Amino acid sequence: MAKAAAQTMKKRYRFFKPREKKLNRSMAGNGLLFFIMAICGFFMALPLVMIINNCLKPLDEIFQYPPKILVRNPTLENFTDLFMVMNDSWVPFSRYILNTIIITGFGTVGHVILASLAAYPLAKHDFPGKKMLFSMVVLSMMFSWQVTQTPNYMIISWLGINNNYLALILPACQYGMGLYLMKQFMEQLPSSLMESARLDGASEYQIFWKIVMPNVKPAWLTLAIFQFQQMWGNTGAMFLRDEQLKPLQFALQQISAGGTARAGAAAAVTFVIAAVPILFFLICQSNVLETMTTSGMKE
Amino acid sequence: MASKEALAVAKKQGTLGYRIKQNRACYVMMAPYFILFFLFTVLPVLISIALSFTYFNMLEWPTFNGWNNYIKLFLEDDIFLISLKNTLIFAVVTGPVSYMLCLLFAWIINEFSSKIRTLLTLIFYAPSICGNAYMVWSLILSSDRYGYLNGILIKLGIINEQKLWMQDAKLILPCLIVVQLWLSLGTGFLSFIAGLQTVDKSMYEAAALDGVKNRWQELWYVTLPAMKPQLMFGAVMQITQSFAVADISIQLAGNPSVNYAGATVVTHLMDYGSTRFDMGYASAIATVLFLLMVGTNKLVQKVLGRVGE
Repeated sequence: MAKAAAQTMKKRYRFFKPREKKLNRSMAGNGLLFFIMAICGFFMALPLVMIINNCLKPLDEIFQYPPKILVRNPTLENFTDLFMVMNDSWVPFSRYILNTIIITGFGTVGHVILASLAAYPLAKHDFPGKKMLFSMVVLSMMFSWQVTQTPNYMIISWLGINNNYLALILPACQYGMGLYLMKQFMEQLPSSLMESARLDGASEYQIFWKIVMPNVKPAWLTLAIFQFQQMWGNTGAMFLRDEQLKPLQFALQQISAGGTARAGAAAAVTFVIAAVPILFFLICQSNVLETMTTSGMKE
Repeated sequence: MASKEALAVAKKQGTLGYRIKQNRACYVMMAPYFILFFLFTVLPVLISIALSFTYFNMLEWPTFNGWNNYIKLFLEDDIFLISLKNTLIFAVVTGPVSYMLCLLFAWIINEFSSKIRTLLTLIFYAPSICGNAYMVWSLILSSDRYGYLNGILIKLGIINEQKLWMQDAKLILPCLIVVQLWLSLGTGFLSFIAGLQTVDKSMYEAAALDGVKNRWQELWYVTLPAMKPQLMFGAVMQITQSFAVADISIQLAGNPSVNYAGATVVTHLMDYGSTRFDMGYASAIATVLFLLMVGTNKLVQKVLGRVGE
């Protein structure tokens, strides 16, 4: 009875005050924090403002000196320019888009799944070699990637996956950061959660998919953001020789490398290159922030 | 008798082979990741460390030259010492400060209602997601009177003539530090935000009953201890980022920069690796930097172990 009453109370409360209630908050503190965020937010938003304004500038404003951040006569002609250049391309533009979907899609999903699968035993089981494997992953992030690029290239050649999507996808699946991130979040889960499922006869895989992953949703959504950004920014110029295999990023950067004659299209390209990860970010991040209200699985 | 048998069973369960067998599922789950990891990370790192003892110009087969690269690095290469000094200044200043900023902003954003939260996260993460976002700084720090910073300072009467922000050896490093701090709300920041979402809400209620009075106490006694794993993660990411600063220096100050005032270990490494094609020497630089980061990591992990005590 009391429980039901409490639930209706909760619902009514939500209806009137959609914001989640927080304890221990003072008005003065809220005001101060808002003030800080407004000032800092202005500086942090500068690149966004600049990219959006730049792509709307007509040519004469792009070349204006001294440069201005804000646009005065906004126009969309940069985008029509961009579409014209895209139609002229040697390989149909849809091919670049398909390549990007394959590379970015498999690279992101593959990494999130493989890293999470490996992170779960490291976080919640005890077995020989655990410490060594984990510290290897953490330490590997501290070695400069500029140097390992050359050996990496040799290994990819030995494996014979040069000039193949796999040359971009497979290395992307093993970045150390993803495993570390997932492991840290999984460590927070109470062991009793898994223990009770084990007593019910669930296998380790079932525990992983049905209990661990739903409970660390903020973690893998965040990881997906990082990985998508990484994959999207990859031109693949080092490994992919065939024009038919190259991703969108490569084609777009070629367009913006066109110099003065393509300055307008280049501004539009900068916008497109930034807009896609931002869109992905917004989708994932709003889900991350939503989990707060729904999480109740933990003790 | 029975105790003897039990002892035998216990002994058997304690053996390595038994424990490996017992955890077979774990190894199977980890296998795909770690096979790729060994191929594409461990092996290249080992090859690089081996190359650091050779002369290797990426055209001919590497020739062994012992400790020569390391000896040259510390005894003959003055620029390496400058870059090492700059990197240490960079790391000591930007490391802790941007770590704090990440945590502070993540926490403040978490105080807002959920609609505003996504927007604020985007705005603060914007410099990390907008590709070459620091180009906005080349407008701000432009060295003529049209540069925004010069323009404002001259208008306010603080300086009389324009300052050469990126050409004056004294100003380069401070300016780069500011830009780096501005850029630093990246990986650590997002993981802190995600970490704050996983803190159990009932803990706040319990803490309020236990006499936690304001949000600051709540932060220290409840929130931070609850997200220790994320704090550790953020620290490691911070170390890898602040010791490896290179891009902003090359983009804003050039490589080599005026009087090497903006040189960092990684710009020095890139100078040798991709400009002078001396991969052996570049690998030696990378190995030294690696050891430096590993040492710092040990220290930081110790400090973080004390949070919330």
